Amino acid sequence: MFAAAGLALLATLLLALVRAALGPSVFDRLQAANTIGTCAMLLLAVLGFLGGRPEFLDLALVYGLLNVIGVIAVLKFFRQGDLGDPGDGPGDADAGGAEGKARR
Amino acid sequence: MTFLLDLASWTLLCAGGFFCIVGGIGLVRMPDFYTRMHAASVVETLGAGLILLGLMLQAGFTLVAAKLLMIGLLIFFASPAASHALARAALLRGLAPRLAEREDASSKP
Repeated sequence: MFAAAGLALLATLLLALVRAALGPSVFDRLQAANTIGTCAMLLLAVLGFLGGRPEFLDLALVYGLLNVIGVIAVLKFFRQGDLGDPGDGPGDADAGGAEGKARR
Repeated sequence: MTFLLDLASWTLLCAGGFFCIVGGIGLVRMPDFYTRMHAASVVETLGAGLILLGLMLQAGFTLVAAKLLMIGLLIFFASPAASHALARAALLRGLAPRLAEREDASSKP
């Protein structure tokens, strides 16, 4: 039964990979990366049960923390608008503007 | 008793896998970024929650169940924050949501 859940998670990983490959905007790719991270975390937990080695759960925890920090760091980078995008910088209107102005 | 636990755990794991696949299919087939985000949140709430609950039933009252609970809490708190930051960054970047009155009847996919 763990194998069924693992196979379902692998299929979800494949679908998210398809979306990351053909996503039109960068946010689609980031969403796919977030989904891939969540699925990989669950897959690590399921694999630990499948192999009878519950130490994999620690790996899943560390992977989840790194995934969240990575996604939020990339999103901050995109909100500051430092990727060679010409013209209009985003995020002047509201919260997070203090940091943005300080950095710009 | 252990048969009932196995049955419940198997049902939860299969339901979690089903919802994960549903979220993945929605992630590929939805027409817009925001609707895709809605589909991806199915994976992070229902799929992850059901799979972790099924694993927790297998573990019993041990340290493994506590770690599974920690993973569940991490997903529960961090994934809405990441989704919120993602949607906000997309809106601030000017990615417009696809609205109903913008499309006419001939250009429907």
